[in-house]
Amino acid sequence: MPDTPATRAAQATPASVARKIKGLSDRAIAWIFVGPTIFLLLAINIFPLIWTIQLSFTNFKANRAGREIKNVGLRNYERILTDSDIWLNMQATAHFLFWTIFFQVLIGFTLAYLINKKFKGNDLWTTIIVLPMMLSPAVVGNFWKFLYQPQIGLFNYVVAFFSGKDPSSFEMLGSVQLAPWSIVIVDTWMWTPFVMLICLAGLRSIPDYIYEAAEVDRASKLRQFFTITIPMVLPFLMLAVLFRGIENFKMFDLVVQLTGGGPGSTTELTSINLKREAFEKWRTGYASAYAIILFVTVFGLASIYVKALNKVKER
Amino acid sequence: MSNFFSGILRFKRGPWEMLATILIGLGVFMLMQPFALWLYTYSFIVTLVGTVMFIIVSHFKE
Repeated sequence: MPDTPATRAAQATPASVARKIKGLSDRAIAWIFVGPTIFLLLAINIFPLIWTIQLSFTNFKANRAGREIKNVGLRNYERILTDSDIWLNMQATAHFLFWTIFFQVLIGFTLAYLINKKFKGNDLWTTIIVLPMMLSPAVVGNFWKFLYQPQIGLFNYVVAFFSGKDPSSFEMLGSVQLAPWSIVIVDTWMWTPFVMLICLAGLRSIPDYIYEAAEVDRASKLRQFFTITIPMVLPFLMLAVLFRGIENFKMFDLVVQLTGGGPGSTTELTSINLKREAFEKWRTGYASAYAIILFVTVFGLASIYVKALNKVKER
Repeated sequence: MSNFFSGILRFKRGPWEMLATILIGLGVFMLMQPFALWLYTYSFIVTLVGTVMFIIVSHFKE
């Protein structure tokens, strides 16, 4: 018998197991291998989801588990969807989402366009640019907190150098006007490299002969940019927008480290608000309904994301 | 445009997926817009309809 991994595995199988498996079909053996994964998936993902849906129709409180659970129907959903405070949290999330995506796409695409040009030290610059996204959000949140310090923070000194203002005259994390922008700046700093990498993949997928044909037709550089580069990178850009949109909709760690949702509730994104409802106010049923609303939104966006991904793959 | 409507009537996947995508996008916009509270109130049902529709129509024929 030749010495192959398959024969070695067959020889290593205990005789009792081999006897049991001998009568099984390939399909049954496949199920035996896949079974534990499916069980874990059901136990860790599907069961909690179904339980959360069930809890969202009740007044359950996790810190008073012995209390009688009442079915409240759609009241939790009704209260969330008519609550103007939660609406404000949604707007804070929208502000964060819109501006982070806007800046990340703008800067990310520009960087990708520049990096795509052949120049000396190209690889080194790519590595340096990509560094922020490799850091942990907790670490990034902490050191940006130091950078934003009005007395000793480097950020305030840089802004003061260009604007002529006193460095300690403004507080990025403590001001109602500036705090929403401070989290936008940090997220942009951290995740622009990700958008840049996706755009770079898009730019490198454009065949050179298209530009050569455009050159033969005497198309200007600007025209080449708008009629070749932008349309061909667009599916990749859309992918980056959707991916960052879904991720930032769930943003929690970075913002908690930086502002903790404050000052007031100006940077209280939906995920922070949800955590407060669930684990500070212990309104589990209400928080479950809140989580389901966010889940459906993210799931809907993820469906579009998968569709966009398939379109990119088809190319 | 007429292709879109004929695709809808013939239960083709492309136009139905497009419709579901529009509903999801509209629902997300309604959820986060700062203009009217009633739009926010009805956002969830619009997103839910769009998402469920997307799951169903992705099994339609091309």
